[in-house]
Amino acid sequence: MATFKEFRNNVKPNWCPGCGDFSVQAAIQRAAANVGLEPEQLAVVSGIGCSGRISGYINAYGLHGIHGRALPIAQGVKLANRELTVIASGGDGDGFAIGMGHTVHAIRRNLDITYIVMDNQIYGLTKGQTSPRSAEGFKTKSTPEGSIESTLSPLEIALSAGATFVAQSFSSDLKQLTSLIEAGLSHKGFSLINVFSPCVTFNKVNTYDWFKENIVNLDQFPEYDPSNRIAAMTKIMETNGMLTGLIYQDKTRPSYEDLAVGFKPEALAKQDLKLSRESFDKLVKEFV
Amino acid sequence: MISQLSWKIGGQQGEGVESTDRIFSTALNRLGYYLYGYRHFSSRIKGGHTNNKIRISTKPIRAISDDLDILVAFDQESIDLNAGELRPGGVIVADAKFDPKVPEGVQAQLFAVPITKIAEDLGTSLMKNMVASGASWALLGLPMEVFNRAVEEEFGRKGAAVVEKNIEAVKRGGDFVLEQAGGPLEAFRLEEADGKQKLFMIGNEALGLGSIAAGCRLMSAYPITPASEIMEYLIKKLPKFGGTVIQTEDEIAAVTMAIGANYGGVRTMTASAGPGLSLMMEAIGLSGMTETPLVVIDTQRGGPSTGLPTKQEQSDINALIYGTHGEIPKVVIAPSTIEECFYDMIEAFNIAEVYQVPVIVATDLQLSLGKQSCEPLDYDRISIERGKLVTEELEPNEPGKLFPRYAFAQDGVSPRVLPGAKNGIHHVTGVEHDQEGRPSESAVNRLKMMDKRLNKLASLRISDAVKFDGPSEPADLLVVSMGSTGGTINEAQDRLAQDGIASNHITVRQMHPFPNELIEPYLSRAKKVVVLENNATGQLANLIKQNVGYHDKIVNLLKYDGTPFLPSEIYKACKELN
Repeated sequence: MATFKEFRNNVKPNWCPGCGDFSVQAAIQRAAANVGLEPEQLAVVSGIGCSGRISGYINAYGLHGIHGRALPIAQGVKLANRELTVIASGGDGDGFAIGMGHTVHAIRRNLDITYIVMDNQIYGLTKGQTSPRSAEGFKTKSTPEGSIESTLSPLEIALSAGATFVAQSFSSDLKQLTSLIEAGLSHKGFSLINVFSPCVTFNKVNTYDWFKENIVNLDQFPEYDPSNRIAAMTKIMETNGMLTGLIYQDKTRPSYEDLAVGFKPEALAKQDLKLSRESFDKLVKEFV
Repeated sequence: MISQLSWKIGGQQGEGVESTDRIFSTALNRLGYYLYGYRHFSSRIKGGHTNNKIRISTKPIRAISDDLDILVAFDQESIDLNAGELRPGGVIVADAKFDPKVPEGVQAQLFAVPITKIAEDLGTSLMKNMVASGASWALLGLPMEVFNRAVEEEFGRKGAAVVEKNIEAVKRGGDFVLEQAGGPLEAFRLEEADGKQKLFMIGNEALGLGSIAAGCRLMSAYPITPASEIMEYLIKKLPKFGGTVIQTEDEIAAVTMAIGANYGGVRTMTASAGPGLSLMMEAIGLSGMTETPLVVIDTQRGGPSTGLPTKQEQSDINALIYGTHGEIPKVVIAPSTIEECFYDMIEAFNIAEVYQVPVIVATDLQLSLGKQSCEPLDYDRISIERGKLVTEELEPNEPGKLFPRYAFAQDGVSPRVLPGAKNGIHHVTGVEHDQEGRPSESAVNRLKMMDKRLNKLASLRISDAVKFDGPSEPADLLVVSMGSTGGTINEAQDRLAQDGIASNHITVRQMHPFPNELIEPYLSRAKKVVVLENNATGQLANLIKQNVGYHDKIVNLLKYDGTPFLPSEIYKACKELN
């Protein structure tokens, strides 16, 4: 059995000291080990942005694709090989701006992958522009007078798109984050884990202290029932999205792979490609 | 007895033109005739004039005809729009209901058949297409049993009663018109066909069938005209082989999902038309940069923007070759016949894996949607080549080292391992990277990696990269084409030959990397080179000028009004040159 150390590699991340993404990286490594994976059984697909580099910082199969497209790439990997555990990851710009269309449809599609968003409410790699997650009035290089667009609520969108697993965490809470990633990896279907991961360089408003003051941790409410979709939506709205923990999980809906008629339970990638003469003749006969 | 005939059916979209054509041509195919179809349609579902034309011949044909022998019309509009094509002595079979009239100046024999009435007498006007097709079949004097069997297959799943009614509709339509005409029309009596089994399909089906033969088990795609039939065909078939078709939210998802799946180890493709290809370009660059195999079909249609979505054009070639930012190795193949649609897919998937590059297969609307006879497909020509795919167990890497997925190799192609393999862990990124796939900005590494990727295809020539189809005697005139136009050119060549004008013809099938040395000898021997293409700027001609030269010999023959070339147009243009 691999330990979390075996999911480490010798690459030094190019994140700023204090970046929340370090903890997300550690949590993924711990969760992968805790659910019993070997490094080669895990594929991490990431988008573009500071957080997108994460696929290179974990000892697993890693694919760093193009901006906003981590999800369709990750879904392709999963379709090719169901035996792999697939994590898609990226920032809030990647997943909720340029890639929002894919996020909604990946949620609807419910392939068995885990999507971890490192949400810092700003564009870091391009040095400080507004994000769909920025608060109204938030001043950035691209919104010097303050953002005048409303803040996007990914959790509400996920629930309304038919999500089967919605969770949120805070990078400082490594224990909760790790256990939520474990739960996401074990969930049969699409799991969304949004992580508040502060940008210490460009976001001077949504700081570690600010999150600590504003977060409502569902773990402190043992009576909260994550299988109740209406309660989940209410809780998100009550807390203005500032909640952490497992918000919603539907354990009954089968994944896309299980619903697709004829789709093999084994890894498609391991199948022999050669068509038998008999199958070929049968296909051709339809055109006579 | 005649050796060929052209038949057209016209009406409002949604009126049964398609199904009539399907049954009529299936029956002809069973009799062994060579067929070539052309669909005129619009981007709407119901209403608007539509027509399907089939050319029927005892010899192989790959072109629509200039003229028309029989027109079946459901409305006066279909007569007004199409009667001009009728050759003198042609026939119109029309519904008596609308009191059909032969337009002035058209010499045609009109048979007004109470099509709607017969259908209604039998219970529903829906069957009027059966009455109409029965009438035109009867005029040709072809055996009824074959036709009835095709009707049975079309309606079999709706039950015996429905089949019986439709066969009765066919019979009544036939009986009525035969009484009017006094028997089958002698002028339209076709010679017997060779009786050999032929396939009858559209190019999109051949592409789909070829993909399955090539080992493709996944397709991710977004619907678009004229590509959708590929996904519609494959969703019926791939689940039988353990795979599936996934309809994505857009073309960007379609192509990136295909890249992810190819990385995962399954032969996966996507298909679209110009607008979709434009959206895919960034991702095609990712495939090139990460050396991940990818196959994309572009069924070209009228551009730019939404353009003429249901019309013929060959105007994406520049975009396919140059559309990606930066510089990547890429292959663009343009099949020119329905058989090539099948075999080229096998080659495309092999090239994509052997060279670890994106491969675009570019058809055009006429090739993708024109239903036509296809020679028997050869199972023994199917081969699967996966190149440097590592399937054996790997030794552990040195401590701190990853599997060298991008190892520098003489031929530029590095061993590729699929995720899941022990000791195969490596990184893949669209950022410039080192041999293990880790991001690298080193200038030395950059040069080596660029050269590694860009040199991979230096010697690649697909089979029949440039296809010569004669005639092989020396000729001053050379016609150069790509895509579906070859058959039409051949007919024009026959007419030119009758006038004593010798000509040769080559089809460029490998659009990129451009097969200069294969084209050059033909150009050097010719005095005049007509480059024929369905676009406004002469994209193929420009590729030849840029890569091969002979600027002063090259003459453009361009058509970009949305319709395919007719043999007469090519004949005239070449004749005027002479």
